[in-house]
Amino acid sequence: MSRLALVNIAVLGLLIGGALVAHLTGHAFLVTLATKAAIFALAGVGLNFALGYGGLVSFGHAAFFGIGGYVTGILASHAMSGTPLTTLPYTMNGTNEMLAIWPMVLLVSGLAALAIGALSLRTSGVYFIMVTLAFAQMIYWFAIGWPAYGGEDGLSFYVRNTFPGVPTMRPLNYFLICTALLLLALGFTAVVMRARFGLALQAARRNTQRTVAVGIRPFGIRLTAFVISAMITGLAGSLYADLNRFVSPAMLNWHMSGEIMVFIILGGVGRLMGPVAGAVVFVTMEHLLGGITEYWQVLLGLVLLAIVLWAPGGIVGMLSGRGRDNAH
Amino acid sequence: MRTDPILEIRGLRKSFGALIATDDVSLTLMPGEIHALIGPNGAGKSTLIKQIVGELSADGGEVRFEGQRIDSLDAAARARLGLARSFQVSSVIPDFTVLQNVCLAVQGGSGRSYGFLRPVLSDPALTEPARFHIQQAGLDGREDFAAAALSHGERRKLEVAMALALRPRAFLLDEPMAGMGTEGAGQLVALLSDLRSEAPILLVEHDMDAVFRLADRISVLVYGRIIATGTVDEIRGNPEVRRSYLGEEA
Repeated sequence: MSRLALVNIAVLGLLIGGALVAHLTGHAFLVTLATKAAIFALAGVGLNFALGYGGLVSFGHAAFFGIGGYVTGILASHAMSGTPLTTLPYTMNGTNEMLAIWPMVLLVSGLAALAIGALSLRTSGVYFIMVTLAFAQMIYWFAIGWPAYGGEDGLSFYVRNTFPGVPTMRPLNYFLICTALLLLALGFTAVVMRARFGLALQAARRNTQRTVAVGIRPFGIRLTAFVISAMITGLAGSLYADLNRFVSPAMLNWHMSGEIMVFIILGGVGRLMGPVAGAVVFVTMEHLLGGITEYWQVLLGLVLLAIVLWAPGGIVGMLSGRGRDNAH
Repeated sequence: MRTDPILEIRGLRKSFGALIATDDVSLTLMPGEIHALIGPNGAGKSTLIKQIVGELSADGGEVRFEGQRIDSLDAAARARLGLARSFQVSSVIPDFTVLQNVCLAVQGGSGRSYGFLRPVLSDPALTEPARFHIQQAGLDGREDFAAAALSHGERRKLEVAMALALRPRAFLLDEPMAGMGTEGAGQLVALLSDLRSEAPILLVEHDMDAVFRLADRISVLVYGRIIATGTVDEIRGNPEVRRSYLGEEA
């Protein structure tokens, strides 16, 4: 087995093993913490799809994280109050079934990404970063100014949504649901990056001119990657809303976009397990250091600086001793 | 024998502000020939190539490919028609292997890049033609090397393999000899000469040795204008060409 495979297994083992140990020793809070790490990892896997493999540096993925959260919160709050979302053109009710909420989340975040991507992918480089940021901030301000769903105060829905046959309020159960989705997203990414689409996406990142010269149009490839990326991050947002049973505009704020990016940079850009390693380290640091000082992010900043300067392959790259994964 | 040109350029014009980069250029590429385009630096050779492949749009004139006007097609569509191009500076995907690079070109030519499940490297529809073209270009045994690890000459061959993978109807080679050592140059000249049987070549080149050995016809571009077109001997003997470009070289 290659060193990279060992590192990948170790990262997942740390997350899942840690949660199991915490559960067996009765530390429910730590299970919830691991759940948060799994959800952040999923958000990172989404961004990594576009940023790591496609070179699309989106600074607006909080938009999709927040949209996933709001779709979940809105559907759940309507289910709770028994009022329909809309009666035109036909009656649409809320729901508290995760299996009904997730497809809706994927649909809405995918459509939002289609619109945002179609416009922002006309730019590149720093302009792309700024345009994606601008769209996300527009949605953020919209959420703040939308009193029907809590505006600035956010929206609580008190009871976690349900999953058939699984009591979701038990921390370990919810952890396993989130981890299962994380593993699905990781498997999906690994498969796609070895297939034709992944080859074209990565080629367009490294050498756009050459990619065009062999007859491939990068725009459609990139837009598709952006949409898939947003759908995965949107799903993470839905899980995060359910974890807290609360959504607020903070999920849409550019801080959130930055955090998702931090997971990737910490763990390793364009590496399958990068976001997982990054999210685990981030949540661990936040827990351990956040208890000591509220300025713990200063330390995070130093760690980030060290990684960018001396280990641009992130944690996964450092441990596996290789440059970027060649996904093929 | 067919006498319709594969590629025909008529009255092409392009200017950047006051600078006229392409000044009423007409030329043809006939089946089976190597047509060399020579001229001093800044004559507008690269600008002309960019207009042919669709990277730059012309201000006027037309480009016909196998009789069809292609002016309104983008670069990717022109590549899929079989207009295969190599770059002045080797242009490959550095962290892909040789095999992946050529698979990418096969995939691009097939027009099917939206496969999400089947691994590229276990898809014989991609790997079989790719291995064949790798061999054609003389890179067998190098399939699993990262492109970045190849020598300069091998990277040139990789570009040839990628061009072949597009099932080209015409090659546009932009200074393929640039930076080659003497031995490598000899090999490459032999490879280019073989390519002629696949499709005709429009060859932009500074290496006069290679041009005189390979070309069936030569066009001389100076300040955006074609000042002469003819066989090797006609061009060598043309006084205007000697004065403006060849100098003491010929």
